[in-house]
Amino acid sequence: FDVNLMLNCGNLAQVQHVVLILSGKGGVGKSTLTTELALALRHSGKKVGILDVDLCGPSIPRMLSVGKPEVHQCDLGWVPVYTDAQKSLALMSIGFLLEDPDEAVVWRGPKKTALIGQFVSDVAWGELDVLLVDTPPGTSDEHLAVLENLKKQHKVDGAILITTPQAVSTGDVRREITFCKKTGLRILGIVENMSGFVCPHCSECSNIFSKGGGEELAKLTGSVYLGSVPLDPLLTTSIEEGKDFIQTFPDSATFSAINSIAQTLLTSIQNP
Amino acid sequence: MADIPSDAPQHCPGTASEQAGKTSACQGCPNQNLCSSGATKAPDPAIEEIAEKMLTVKHKILVLSGKGGVGKSTFSAHLAHALASDATKEVALLDVDICGPSIPRIMGLEGEQVHQSGSGWSPVYVEDNLAVMSIGFLLSSPDDAVIWRGPKKNGMIKQFLRDVDWGELDYLIVDTPPGTSDEHLSIVQYLSSARIDGAVIITTPQEVSLQDVRKEIRFCQKVQLPIIGVVENMSGFVCPKCKNTSQIFPPTTGGAERMCEEMNLTLLGRVPLDPRIGIQAYCLSHVPREESAG
Repeated sequence: FDVNLMLNCGNLAQVQHVVLILSGKGGVGKSTLTTELALALRHSGKKVGILDVDLCGPSIPRMLSVGKPEVHQCDLGWVPVYTDAQKSLALMSIGFLLEDPDEAVVWRGPKKTALIGQFVSDVAWGELDVLLVDTPPGTSDEHLAVLENLKKQHKVDGAILITTPQAVSTGDVRREITFCKKTGLRILGIVENMSGFVCPHCSECSNIFSKGGGEELAKLTGSVYLGSVPLDPLLTTSIEEGKDFIQTFPDSATFSAINSIAQTLLTSIQNP
Repeated sequence: MADIPSDAPQHCPGTASEQAGKTSACQGCPNQNLCSSGATKAPDPAIEEIAEKMLTVKHKILVLSGKGGVGKSTFSAHLAHALASDATKEVALLDVDICGPSIPRIMGLEGEQVHQSGSGWSPVYVEDNLAVMSIGFLLSSPDDAVIWRGPKKNGMIKQFLRDVDWGELDYLIVDTPPGTSDEHLSIVQYLSSARIDGAVIITTPQEVSLQDVRKEIRFCQKVQLPIIGVVENMSGFVCPKCKNTSQIFPPTTGGAERMCEEMNLTLLGRVPLDPRIGIQAYCLSHVPREESAG
């Protein structure tokens, strides 16, 4: 008899699907792609949530331009921050709980584990089609905490792994794949980000971060290759400014790449 | 110092934690009485052992960022090579990124193994005067994942500092993972009696990186770690065909330059500028305690 389960059974009960966004590697675009996939899913009519469990480097609030709203409590726990009045995109991040945005969260593992437990069970998400969970790089406290707590509350559909093409990234992502296998987390697929840069002046494509690593990794590990997203300064600027890239550049190749990944993801979690 | 005894249960908070002996995981642990009595919160003797070991290391430099993927490991490797290009200097590169150790690959040392001897673990030598240590050398397969919580990672870092036979070194460069957590606290605390020269902070130009880097700078201030300066990496891309420059990671809020002005820090350089000159100069002008006292 788990008292916590009884008291909190409301919070994830109306969330249809939960997907983790992982990498082993830092700086490959987990937060960027979590944001873009959330926007693409919303664009196709879904109600989406993002749980940001990167406690040391929470990037989601800025990427969605929500500023510094106050986080309110209700009977069921914390009310998530909504990006719009229609409540189509709900967010929770430690970024909203810090007084000073430059304040460093200098916590050891056990304290991080405790807050992540609260983030999983005490945020009143309400009805969501998909909850995306953005994570920091690595295979440590945050990853174990979020997975253990999610498993207690709700099924976890699986994880998407983000890599960039070069070996120094795929080398770390292989370890993340091992983490998934060891913890019984279904790998929904691999996305290769920063896949080539098309010079806006002459259209020459340069493989700044090498090429091919994402597909090779998928083949090597028997995972699904979901697709690749190019290095696009329009996307990086959009993310910097917290603008909705999907709305500002709906005709771009980058948008179609992201949208195609979002649709494949949706099909995969709706038909496991 | 947070540490996990070998007979501890799965969610051991660490013997030096405030929760030592008091959490639900502690029930039934043979060390519970000892931990809850407070005896384990005495200063870790390893700190003095490490200070002793570090007497033969002239300069210790940490390479930090708050942000992942900005080029800490790449920069650390290049810095180590640059310093070792002077054959009269002994240099070592220590990789304390336990979950994502990139240094072996970047240094071309994949597949190398570490050996134990009477004087401790031998680091892997990439040049006669350049030694490297990483958890990567202790893993038997490229798929091996190190799925460890904080306390176990701390234990590994302690071993790296105390049990590796570094010998006499002019420079010890420490590459770190992104963040402000266990690895960062541990490296600073274990080296607290050994005097770290300072930290080099790596960033890329965009605000999404600077946002995290400012936190790292706050961390340095909190633990009183001097900041040698900031390096802005991935600063503009020159197309090999048309030679035009594109800002792939745009400095929408003024890049590292504005951040350094605001926080009164030195901008050591932008790639492809050569920031190691600034660092050598800093080290040369900050003579170790023992030499200046004599």
